[in-house]
Amino acid sequence: MKKVLGMTLLLVALVIAVCVYQSVNYGHVAFFDRGNLFNLAQRVGILGIYAIGAGIVILSGGIDLSIGSIIGFTGVVMAMACSAFGWSPWLVAALVIVMCAVIGLWHGFLIGRFNLQPFVVTLCTLLLLRGLARGISGGISQKLDSFSYLGNGPFLGLPVPFWMLVGIALIMGFVMNFTVYGRYWYAIGRNPDAARYSGIKVNRMRTAAYVICAVLSGIAGVVSVSYTGEVQPASAGLMFEMWAIAAAVLGGCSLRGGEGSIIGIIIGAALIKVMYNGINLIGISTEWEWAVIGVVILGGVIADAAYRQRAAKRVR
Amino acid sequence: MTGISKRFPGVQALDSVDLELYEGEILGLIGENGAGKSTLMRILGGDYPADAGTIRLNGKPIAPRDVRESMSLGISIIYQELNLAPNLDIASNIFLGREPRKGPLGLVDRKRLYTEAGEIAARVGISALLTTPVEKLSPGERQLVEIAKALSVKSKVLVLDEPTSSLTPSEAAKLFEVMRRLKEQGVSMIYISHRLSEVQEMCDRVIVLRDGRRVGELVRKESASGDSSLAGEDRGEGGLSSFEMVKLMVGRDISRFFPEHADRKSDSEAVLSVRGFRYPGAKAEVNFDLYGGEILGVAGLVGAGRTELATSLFGIESNCAAGSKCHGEVFVCGEKVDIRSPADAIRCGIGLVPEDRKLLGVILEMAVSENITLPSIGSYRPPFMDRKREMRVAGEMVEALDIRTPSLEQQVQFLSGGNQQKVAVAKWLCLNPRILILDEPTRGIDVGSKSEIYRLIRELADRGVGVMMISSELEEIIGLADRVLVMHEGRCTGILDHDMITEENIMRLATGGTAN
Repeated sequence: MKKVLGMTLLLVALVIAVCVYQSVNYGHVAFFDRGNLFNLAQRVGILGIYAIGAGIVILSGGIDLSIGSIIGFTGVVMAMACSAFGWSPWLVAALVIVMCAVIGLWHGFLIGRFNLQPFVVTLCTLLLLRGLARGISGGISQKLDSFSYLGNGPFLGLPVPFWMLVGIALIMGFVMNFTVYGRYWYAIGRNPDAARYSGIKVNRMRTAAYVICAVLSGIAGVVSVSYTGEVQPASAGLMFEMWAIAAAVLGGCSLRGGEGSIIGIIIGAALIKVMYNGINLIGISTEWEWAVIGVVILGGVIADAAYRQRAAKRVR
Repeated sequence: MTGISKRFPGVQALDSVDLELYEGEILGLIGENGAGKSTLMRILGGDYPADAGTIRLNGKPIAPRDVRESMSLGISIIYQELNLAPNLDIASNIFLGREPRKGPLGLVDRKRLYTEAGEIAARVGISALLTTPVEKLSPGERQLVEIAKALSVKSKVLVLDEPTSSLTPSEAAKLFEVMRRLKEQGVSMIYISHRLSEVQEMCDRVIVLRDGRRVGELVRKESASGDSSLAGEDRGEGGLSSFEMVKLMVGRDISRFFPEHADRKSDSEAVLSVRGFRYPGAKAEVNFDLYGGEILGVAGLVGAGRTELATSLFGIESNCAAGSKCHGEVFVCGEKVDIRSPADAIRCGIGLVPEDRKLLGVILEMAVSENITLPSIGSYRPPFMDRKREMRVAGEMVEALDIRTPSLEQQVQFLSGGNQQKVAVAKWLCLNPRILILDEPTRGIDVGSKSEIYRLIRELADRGVGVMMISSELEEIIGLADRVLVMHEGRCTGILDHDMITEENIMRLATGGTAN
C-alpha cells in the first residue's frame, strides 16, 4: 500500500509540475481544460481496462504478451464483420468478447496442461493474432463509423470508457478482496507448488486469470475501435501489452508474482497517461515521449528497489 | 575468535562469544535454531562484520571482509544450501572462478584443470567421473564436491553447516570417513548439526550456544582403557552425552522427549486402506491399513519411495494425474475413493505436511493467518471471504499449537523453523482431518520444538486421527510410532508391530532384508 501512496503522490506532483510550467510559460493552465481532462479520462479508461487484465495475470505469477494483438485483432474483426454482414456492432462486440474468452482458455490450457511457459505461449499469440489481423484485412485500414458512443460518448459528463473502467475496477476489486479467488491468486503468485499442496486448483485459477486478461483486452479492443472509428491492422494496439505491464509494475505489481492491487494498477495507468499528456502540454516534441516515460518508469522501479533493500536491512 | 558480539535490530544475536579451534580437531557447534551458530560462522566467513571482538588465525588477527578474502586466508564454509553450479561438471565446479590459465589469452587450461581436480577428488573419495555435471550427482556426492572445492584453495579451517541433513546413512558414513582423513592431514573442522548422535560420533569437543551466548563446552576425554568418556558426571556411549548436550542447548531438562505411547484400541477401524497401490514408477504394490488413533511410522532409506507414496496418496498431479497413473485401490473409512488432486484428498479428510517446508509446506511471504486458513478458507462461506472467521480460526490454532508469532499478520518467513512447521500442521488441523500424513516433520528443527511437535502428533492420534509419519530419523520412528511400515526401493518390505520395532529390524527391512 505504501507504494500505491508513493505513486499517487508522484501523480499529484506530476500534475502540479505540468500546471506550474504551463502557468509560468504560457500564463494558462491547459491541463484543466475540459477538453483535455475529458480526453485524458478516455485514455486512462481504455489503458486501465486492459492493464487490470495484465495485472491479474502478473500477480498470479504469469505474464500475458498477447494483449496488444488481441486489441488489434478484435478491432479488425469488429470493423470487418459489421461492414461485411451488416450486423449490429453490439452483437459483434459480444461475439468478439466470447472469442477472447476462448483465447484465454487456450492460454490456460497450454500453460497448465503442457507446462509451457506463459511468456512463450502468449508471445506466439501476439504473433499469430497480429498476422491474422493483417492477413484477413489485407493490411488495409478498416472503418467503423456508426459505433462511436462507447468510446467517445459522455455519460454524466465523463467519458464512457472511464465509467467502464470504474465498473470493471469495482467488480475486480470485489473479486480480489471479498472472494477467496483473490487470496488464491496471491498464493499462486507467491508459490504455486505450496498452493497446490494446500488443495488450490492451480491450473483452474491460472486459466481464469488468462481468461479475464483476454476478455478485458477484448473489451478494450472494442472500445478502442469505437474511439478511433477505424483500425490500422498493422498498428492498432501495437505495444499495448508493454503499456499494460508498465502500468501494473508502476502500480505495485511484482513480475515475481503475488504482489499488486487493482487500485495500484489504475494509479499506474493514470501515471502513464498523465505523463503522455504532460509531455505534450509542456511542448516536448512527441518523438521524445517513449524515452521520457522509459526513464521515469526506471526511476520509479529503482527507487522502489532501494526502499526495499533498506527495509530488508532493517529487518535483518 | 574472542568476545564476538553482533547486534541486529531488536536482537543481540551474539553476546561476546569465544570460540577456539585447534589444529586437526573436529569441533562440534550446537544450539537451537536462533542460538547464533550461523551468525557466528557468517562472521568468520566474512559475510558481515562483528560489532566487537577479534578473530585470530594462527595468532594473527584477521578481519575478513568478504567470502573471497576469508577463503584466501584458508577458511571455507560449506552451507546447508550448497553453492554449486548444477550444469557444470565436477572439475569445473571445484575450480570455479579459479581455473588454471594458459597462453597469452588466458584460456582455461583444461588438461591441468582435470588433473588437479582429479587429485583433489581422490583425496575426498569422489568416485564419479570428473566430467559428470553436478546436477546428476546425489546430495552426498555434491557435499564431497563442496569439500573438494574448499580443499582446492588449501583451506585449513573447514566449517560444515548441517552437512548430513540431506544424506543417506551410507553417504553420511562416507562423509565422516573423509572428515576423519582430513583431520589426520591437519585440517581443522567446525561441525554444526542438529543430529546429536553424529556430533557424539565425530567431534573431539563441543561448544554449545544458547541465545547468542556460549553456555558450555564438553570435551571428549580419552580414558586409560582407551575408551572415550565424558569429562562430566554423565558417561554416554560416545563420550559426549546427548543428555548433557540437550540440557545445555535448551537450558532445562527435557525429561520426556517422546510422549507416552497410547495402546491402540483393537476395535478401531481402518481409516485408510491401501490395496495393490502402485505410485507412478513404483516397482511393486503397496498394501497397508492405517487405523484411527495410531501413529504409523514410515521408515526407509532416502529414495525408498516414501515421499512418492505420500504425495501420490495425496493426489499430487506431477505424480498421479498427468501421464503416468497410480494403480490400485484406496479406501477411506471403508469407502473406495478416487483421489486425483489434493482438493479431492482434502475432501476425503486427508492432509499432507510435505517434506520441504519452505517450498511446499507454507508460503513464506504470506501471513501466518493466511497460511493457516489457505486449505480451509474456501469452505467458510464460498465463494466469499470470511475474514472474521479466518482470524478466529487462525487465532485458535496459534493458541492451541503455541505458535510463537508477534501477530497473525506476521509473514511466516520471519518465524523459526519449528514455528513454521507448526503453521504447516495447523493448516490441516482446522479441517479436522481423519488422516494426516507428515513427511519428515522435524527436519531442520531445533530440539525444543521437536519435542513439541512430537507431543502434538501424539495428541492428534489420541483424538482419533490416523497419522502416517515419514521419517529418516530412526530415533523418532522408534520413539513415537505405534507401528512401522518399512520401504525399500519402492516396495513395502514389512510392517512392524509395536513390540517388533527395533533399530535392527527397521534397518534390515530398509536394506531389503527380512525382520527377525
